Parts: sequence; structure tokens; C-alpha cells
Amino acid sequence: MGVEMTEATGGIDFEDEESGVVKKFMFVNRKAPYGTIYALEALEVVLISAAFDQDVSLAFLDDGVYQIVKGQHTKAIDVKNFSPTYRALEGYDIEKLYVEKESLDQRGLTEADLLVDVQVMSSADMAKMMAEQDIVISF
Amino acid sequence: MKFAIMVNEGVYQHQATDSAYQFAKAAIEKGHEVPRIFFYHDGVYNASSLTEPPQDDRNIVSRWQKLAKEHNIDMVVCIAAALRRGIKESNLAEGFRISGLGQLVEAGIQADRLVVFGD
Repeated sequence: MGVEMTEATGGIDFEDEESGVVKKFMFVNRKAPYGTIYALEALEVVLISAAFDQDVSLAFLDDGVYQIVKGQHTKAIDVKNFSPTYRALEGYDIEKLYVEKESLDQRGLTEADLLVDVQVMSSADMAKMMAEQDIVISF
Repeated sequence: MKFAIMVNEGVYQHQATDSAYQFAKAAIEKGHEVPRIFFYHDGVYNASSLTEPPQDDRNIVSRWQKLAKEHNIDMVVCIAAALRRGIKESNLAEGFRISGLGQLVEAGIQADRLVVFGD
């Protein structure tokens, strides 16, 4: 495992955690990256979940699609630009990133505007994807 | 059925915390188990010992404490979310404990359902 985050992971020792249960976790991101802390704290949960060897995916819809838009500049609002972290998810074996097409269209965005590789899908397909999950946490 | 519960909003400002409480209470009354409740985002304010609501209003903090004590519920507050909002051991209400986000993921793995209450 090699992930040293004992405090953040709640003192759970992964070397001994051999329950073998793998659930499908989906983290649903619906809010803009700045203005509220939901997106940043959602990302913290996603990173921790990577240490548990679960089947993790992320969904971006509504204003949540702005979280992964290229070229975020936050200096003027004195808030940390955490968007580079989305690029690091691949290193945690989190590679299932789903984006709702309707949300992109409504905001005049395309896949080319996004800073990570994603799978764009219709809201109907997104609903199917959600129905297949064991755990859906919406932020 | 085993229900894990996640509470993502603060006290009094938002309905989420009341709904979570009503849900937990109803589930237990129906014979289900609620092994753990995890408090995240502004939900960490549910664990403040400094809360003093008016006499004629519900006391959200003590209501959680009573439910947890009676039904042996593990009430966990996220450490990172708590510290950035000024909730620490010194003002943590009895019955709650501060730990990491792994407790949330673990609760999701171990429970039959994880129910999220938030905005």
C-alpha cells in the first residue's frame, strides 16, 4: 500500500485491513470550485478513499464541471488553486472521471476545456452509472 | 440493515442535521442499526460543546449525545474539517470523537447503506 496517512485515514492500518470487500464508490461533484469549500473537501475524501483499494469514480455535473476547467487563476481571491490535484488522481489509480454532457453544453464548455482526461456522457447514461454504485456521496 | 450516516451541514442554519437525526432515530425504532455517524464540512459544528440554543428550541448537540449513548453509536468528526473550523478536543462535546476521513470510507464499506445529509 505504502500510503502513510495514519492520522487522516483515522488510524486504520491498511496492512492489517484485509477484509477484501471492494465496493463501487462514486463521488458526485455538483458545485463550483470556489465560493464554498465543498469541492476542496470532496477532493480530500477522494484522496483518502484511494488508500482503501475500492472501485472509485468521480462524476462532475452542474457547476461541478467548473472544478476541472483549465486555466484557473485564484490569486485575486486569495484562495488556493487546487485544480492541479485533479491531475494527480491518476497517480492514485483513480481514473474513472465522468462528466455530464448536458452540464458542459449549458455552460458553453467542451471536453477540450478540461484539464484531465474524462468520459463525457449523457445524463441518462450518468443515471445508469449512478444506479450501479454501492456508495454515492454527493458534494 | 446497517445504516452509516454522513452529516455535511452545520447546526440550526440548515435542515440537514435535523433530517439526519430524524432518520437515525426512525431507523433505530424500526429495528435497524446505525453503527456510525460521520460529521464533515460544517457538519463538524454538531460536535461543539459551546453550543447554547435558546431554552424553547431543540438542543441539537445534546440530542445527538442522548441518541448515541442509548444506541451505542460511534459519532466521528473529521479532524481536518474540525480543525479549520475551530473544533478541537478542548471544545468537543462528550460522545463525539475526532478522527480521520478513513472512518467515513470504512463506514461505507461496512454498512449496508451510507446515507448522506447535506445541501
